[in-house]
Amino acid sequence: MEDKEFFQKAVNSKYAKKIGKHTRLKESLIKIFFAVNGTMALIFIILIFVFLFKEGFKALDHIGLLDFLYLDRPDASGNIERVFQWYPTSEEPRYSLIPLLIGTFLTAFPATIISTLLGVGAGIYLSEVANPKFKEFLKPMIELFAGIPTVVLGFIMLVVGASFFNDILHPANRLNAFVASIGLSFVIIPIIASLTEDALHSIPNDLRMASYGLGATKWQTISKVILPAAFSGVSASILLGFGRAIGETMIVLMCAGNAANLTSNIFLSVRTMTATIAAEMGEVSQGSDHYYSLFFIGIVLFTITFFLNLIAEIIINKMRKKNTF
Amino acid sequence: MKETKIVVKDLNLFYGDKQALKKITMDIPDKRVTAFIGPSGCGKSTFLRVINRMNDLIDHVKIDGEVYIDGVNIYDRSLDIVNLRKNVGMVFQKSNLFPKTVYENIVYGPRINGIKDKKVLDEIVERTLNQAAIWEEVKDRLNDNALSLSGGQQQRLCIARALAVEPEIILMDEPASALDPISTAKIEELIHDLKKQYTIVIVTHNMQQAARVSDQTAFFYLGELIEFDRTTTIFTNPSKKQTEDYVTGRFG
Repeated sequence: MEDKEFFQKAVNSKYAKKIGKHTRLKESLIKIFFAVNGTMALIFIILIFVFLFKEGFKALDHIGLLDFLYLDRPDASGNIERVFQWYPTSEEPRYSLIPLLIGTFLTAFPATIISTLLGVGAGIYLSEVANPKFKEFLKPMIELFAGIPTVVLGFIMLVVGASFFNDILHPANRLNAFVASIGLSFVIIPIIASLTEDALHSIPNDLRMASYGLGATKWQTISKVILPAAFSGVSASILLGFGRAIGETMIVLMCAGNAANLTSNIFLSVRTMTATIAAEMGEVSQGSDHYYSLFFIGIVLFTITFFLNLIAEIIINKMRKKNTF
Repeated sequence: MKETKIVVKDLNLFYGDKQALKKITMDIPDKRVTAFIGPSGCGKSTFLRVINRMNDLIDHVKIDGEVYIDGVNIYDRSLDIVNLRKNVGMVFQKSNLFPKTVYENIVYGPRINGIKDKKVLDEIVERTLNQAAIWEEVKDRLNDNALSLSGGQQQRLCIARALAVEPEIILMDEPASALDPISTAKIEELIHDLKKQYTIVIVTHNMQQAARVSDQTAFFYLGELIEFDRTTTIFTNPSKKQTEDYVTGRFG
């Protein structure tokens, strides 16, 4: 048999080189380094999460869950009156989150509607209409717009925007939910535009060709083939924009007027949850009911944005799977 | 010879600076199958897209020369390209069904032409699926996603979808190149049936396929039309050396 001969070759073979201890150690150190880096972010997020919930739930020790919704109190004539008010520093503190929730949605909803119209439109323009060379210039510009510090946008809206809308619309309050939602739109439009463009761009060109080949116009192709095929991606972009509108702080703090009105009038001042935390956290005495209730607002805010992002993420993943034609 | 449907005169096509088609002149007859053969990159698919002006969708394409269908110059500036594409249907190499139901795929074309009556649309669906010889296979699956069909079924559905806008000419760009032999045979049989009503132009890599389905064959090489004749002549007695080398498998 040649077998013996075959295995004897191993002695001098160039394949026989053993891995060095040094190399092995280096490899495992590199592995550990990246593993630590990778999990660090996750650990921090979990710590923040734990801290937020620990502090926030302390609010429930002194303030009942129902007190975060309303307070029943006797009015001047002795009748019980149900109030939805946020007056945490009053002698008779009221902790209703309802006006703050309304303030948040009264700024975030209009902002999302405005941004959806303009942002999806811009996304369609970028993906389907614009000359590719111009698009290469325009898309980074739009994304750059999303990077402007929100305090700057808030300042511009406060000084210029609010006066402008005051002159043409004569709102009851100069600073109101409408002005804030216009300010928010500046942040959300680029997000929606950029993500919509990504979603439309991921639709295979074959589908466009099929549609044109059947004698469809450009607009028919966009509205009947491209947009339906990219529906999940576009709706995810809108949800992400909405999540951002709810979480955004600086613009609403500067432009919404910060009066915790219980109102459905978009031209009145409102106060959002984010602005409440930002404005009051600096002055609250640590360990007070007020302090813990601000953390409780944080929990509510976190829960809302968490679920919005989760839904958007699920939709985006679904889109990825669906688009593997 | 039947009467002529498409006339091409001195057609040149450029991608940027590169000339992809050189002085093509040919007459394509009505209600026959015309096959374009040639090695990859010879311009046969590009030439096919000239006939329904699909090249207009690609940047940097420049075309000069004339193309007439029924005497009308389709490169006339004032011509309605959308209307042209309704009358010149196209089937692509890879099936490109919309991610919608079987039914919705078929009625897409008629709908954009303004047909709203459900009964009329139902009739179109049944007629075109029958024409594409796929009715029996999908009649119970009209509301399933079209992408759940097999590859061969998808391609026949693409043909049915093209037929739904009632074109006179059907362009096929390697319609069976991604299919198994049985599906390919079905498509070829279908082409044979369709030529009674339609003028068919088919691009194919497969020379046996060209020999089986077409009445006349055009051989393209490096952007030039080398030879255009009856299919039997091209395959048994070509007049040009290059054609003979290609059809006998000496290159390509």
